Amino acid sequence: MNGKPGWRELAEGDVVPAGTAEQFETGDWRTERPTWHPERCIQCLLCWISCPDSAIVVKDQKMTGFNYHHCKGCGICAKECPVKPEKAITMGPER
Amino acid sequence: MAKVVARTGNEAMAEAMRQINPDVVAAYPITPATEIVMIFAKYVADGLVDTNYVAVESEHSAMSACVGAAAAGARVMTGTSSQGLALMYEILPIAAALRLPIVLSDVNRALSGPINIHCDHSDTMAARDFGWLQIFSENSQEAYDGLIQAVRIAEDPRVHLPAMVTTDGFIISHCLDKIELLEDSEVKEFIGPERKAPNSLLNLEKPVSIGLLDLQDYYFEHRLPVAEAMRGAKKVILEVADEFAKKFGRKYGLCEAYKLEDAEHVVVALGSTCGTAKVVVDELRSKGVRAGLLKIRVFRPFPGEEIAAALAKAKTVAVLDRSDSWSAQGGQVFTEVRSVMFDLPVKPKIINFIYGLGGREIDQGQIRQVYDCLQKVEKQPLVQYLGVRE
Repeated sequence: MNGKPGWRELAEGDVVPAGTAEQFETGDWRTERPTWHPERCIQCLLCWISCPDSAIVVKDQKMTGFNYHHCKGCGICAKECPVKPEKAITMGPER
Repeated sequence: MAKVVARTGNEAMAEAMRQINPDVVAAYPITPATEIVMIFAKYVADGLVDTNYVAVESEHSAMSACVGAAAAGARVMTGTSSQGLALMYEILPIAAALRLPIVLSDVNRALSGPINIHCDHSDTMAARDFGWLQIFSENSQEAYDGLIQAVRIAEDPRVHLPAMVTTDGFIISHCLDKIELLEDSEVKEFIGPERKAPNSLLNLEKPVSIGLLDLQDYYFEHRLPVAEAMRGAKKVILEVADEFAKKFGRKYGLCEAYKLEDAEHVVVALGSTCGTAKVVVDELRSKGVRAGLLKIRVFRPFPGEEIAAALAKAKTVAVLDRSDSWSAQGGQVFTEVRSVMFDLPVKPKIINFIYGLGGREIDQGQIRQVYDCLQKVEKQPLVQYLGVRE
């Protein structure tokens, strides 16, 4: 606890700058890890719209991979991926 | 010239709310507080206020909406009672910890069960540790004045805490009483045109997060300021009361001492019972008994030093609790009053009466009985129930 601010130094009412969740690593909660297979991806972006976090990295309106710092491994992206017969996102063990 | 009118406690509360003209009211009506929000909703419908009135599906949602609106920077009010307050309990300490000056009018009413709609203080007393200021009223006038003062007190930068102003269910809420109203302009000037919030969820120039996860390493440091602000609120309450008295002539304090100067036998009470007790004090005084009354108007912040000083010269003290703590050493008021008297060099003998649960009548005869007990205090138990059938 040493080195942290005392109660008089904190902002009133637990108010902090917005967006600090970005700094919080939730990726280490993962037990399953998504893998993207770009050769099968049809760029429908259903994974991006379904992701409950912000772990699908989109550049120039295209899926480019995962933000593993935030991805909790919930598997919703893999479940929602419509590509057949083999999905463009698959889940595997984290390690 | 002050306007003198006849108003029930609920009408007085609703009138004060109209004059305060809050930005947001989120409420879910419940007996006996129903009329407060019902009358206020009519003011909204008639365009007499600028308030955004949020009709929610429960008191839990009402207080949640109040917290959200207050975090956005709005001046926010609501009203409730008993089970309704109980359904808000989960959110009440959040409002305090986030330092949001929401003002709530609570009509004191027994908690179920059995189901009951009448007055006692168990709803408010169960909320005493949630970081809300608690101001009790003896009558409609005090409720009206208290609600207006509460806005100023709660919004003061030295306080920034939510406040509840209470009336006694039916005894005050539904009984017509003569009160003096302030002019709309006087209320507006007294409370200021708008709340000055240090942060707003809607401020895009300075985006903030409010009420985040706070674990072992920060929670304690974020809660302690609530206690500090609560202690500091005593000074602010007195300052606001002084200004109110200078402008409008009615004086208020944390407590009210009634014929205490030379009193040997003192009753301590809250709310409407104090009016009845004053009549008994006068009657006993005319018979030569040195009786007195200490009314606790503000229960949070707890005016411990003031109470100890006011009771220091008494021989005997009876604390009347309109709620029970079920096996504690008496009711909530008694345990706290007795605790602050522990360090007095000469301690008066102090006993407790728990009375009036579920609206059980408290009359002059019963209060006379309390003063009789004080005159033979050695024979009294520490805690007894007043007015219950054996």
